[in-house]
Amino acid sequence: MIDVKKLNKSFGDNHVLKDIDEHISRGEKVVIVGPSGSGKSTFLRCLNLMEIPSSGDIFFEDKNITKTKGKQLNAMRQKMGMVFQHFNLFPHLTILDNITLAPIKLKLMSKKQAQEKAMQLLKRVGLVDKAKQYPNQLSGGQKQRIAIVRALAMNPQVMLFDEPTSALDPEMVGEVLDLMKQLAIDGMTMVVVTHEMGFAREVGSRVLFMDEGRIVEQNTPKEFFDSPQNPRLKDFLSKVL
Amino acid sequence: MEQILNWFNEKVLVWLEGIWNNFHRAFIEKGRYIAYIDGFKLTLFVSFFAVILGVIIGLIVAVLKYTSARNKRLKIFGMISNLYITIIRGTPVYVQLLIIYYVIFTSRGTSPLVVAIICFGVNSSAYVAEIIRAGIEAVDKGQMEAGKSLGLSGIQSMTSIVLPQAIKNILPALGNEFIVLIKETAIVGVIAVNDVTKAAQNVSGITYDLLTPLIITAVMYLVVVVLLTKLLGYFERRLAQGDRR
Ligand SMILES: Nc1ncnc2c1ncn2[C@@H]1O[C@H](COP(=O)(O)OP(=O)(O)O)[C@@H](O)[C@H]1O
Ligand SMILES: [Mg+2]
Repeated sequence: MIDVKKLNKSFGDNHVLKDIDEHISRGEKVVIVGPSGSGKSTFLRCLNLMEIPSSGDIFFEDKNITKTKGKQLNAMRQKMGMVFQHFNLFPHLTILDNITLAPIKLKLMSKKQAQEKAMQLLKRVGLVDKAKQYPNQLSGGQKQRIAIVRALAMNPQVMLFDEPTSALDPEMVGEVLDLMKQLAIDGMTMVVVTHEMGFAREVGSRVLFMDEGRIVEQNTPKEFFDSPQNPRLKDFLSKVL
Repeated sequence: MEQILNWFNEKVLVWLEGIWNNFHRAFIEKGRYIAYIDGFKLTLFVSFFAVILGVIIGLIVAVLKYTSARNKRLKIFGMISNLYITIIRGTPVYVQLLIIYYVIFTSRGTSPLVVAIICFGVNSSAYVAEIIRAGIEAVDKGQMEAGKSLGLSGIQSMTSIVLPQAIKNILPALGNEFIVLIKETAIVGVIAVNDVTKAAQNVSGITYDLLTPLIITAVMYLVVVVLLTKLLGYFERRLAQGDRR
């Protein structure tokens, strides 16, 4: 579904991603872990071209998207939902308008359809009563669940998560991870950057370890956590587990 | 005691009476206050429409700068915008006013009022462009990204996500620009617009008292500026409250 070939990304002199080759199949739940600054976010953001690769190619559904621009680029992004560490809800809009803004603006649905769909999704995450409220009236966990719903309202083919629980108070991490688990069970293709090793072990179909701009090791969760090979990974796991 | 009272009567009261007489002659006699009030109306009129014009041109300049910074082929527009801002900010508005009046509108019956509005509007636009740019940049970058990640175009994200939030930063600064213009337009008398400062000069030409009309004018400016500043502060707090909803 997503094919990454020899991906490189530099910010000025800072060579952040180095020759990354990776393939993500439909239905996979790929979890990316690694020390801070290793390029996890940059890798994720290259997948929907929020960052423009310096070199290399990215294929989405067998189409090379690396050079797409304008309308095609926007259409491609509609199919990839993205969830941010800091939620990035729109503070000037109600929860309902946050969710329906893009589907309506992009004329994918009528206003009525979009609102019906949004209410359905809100029901699913148990936040129907928040529809008319503003983001600042919600807890962190609720905000992130709304951000996930907002992405889902576009019917994406794949969901990208960049440390979705890192900005949350500990008691709110669970509700967000539970929703992500639910998505995984429903068959969503997911790429998740996280420090939640429990989630990686339980939900991941594959875990990647990134270090200094390379994917230095990857395996099934069981192998990854029980018999790590790379010394850097052993070191990393000894610190986070 | 007697002496002090005498001194008071002779010096202080006489002095106060003199001030009152001057004030009476400069402001009340023959309904002269009407000239000041009409002048102040013109001052507000020029300032207000200059801000409006400034917003229109400033918005265009800001958009040109913003898009050219993100699109190499449009770089020339960014350079033109920067040149425009540099020239306007780098020359005295007094000189700009004279140039526009004498050179560009070779006094072919163009109303001086229109010239004043154009001059201050153009002048203001350079500052308004910066106000708008700063207002947009104060909005969290994640907002634009969230919009794009949903498949919205840059323009759609800008108009429906970033700008509505930037307005909260921009509006108070525009109010401030209006207040600044009220003071700066005091020079339009030079092209024969009878603003309040010019009205004061006209009066002093009749009464041969220069100081009193000018002080009256200064007090009028001060009162209006302080009131508008207070109003703006109140408005700003209301906007900030809206944020917390
Ligand atoms: N927009 C950017 N401009 C410049 N440098 C950046 C930018 N984004 C990330 N970097 C740099 O790229 C490196 C990797 O960052 P990032 O991908 O955020 O790592 P991680 O998500 O693993 O913590 C860091 O050195 C960071 O400073
Ligand atoms: Mg990161």
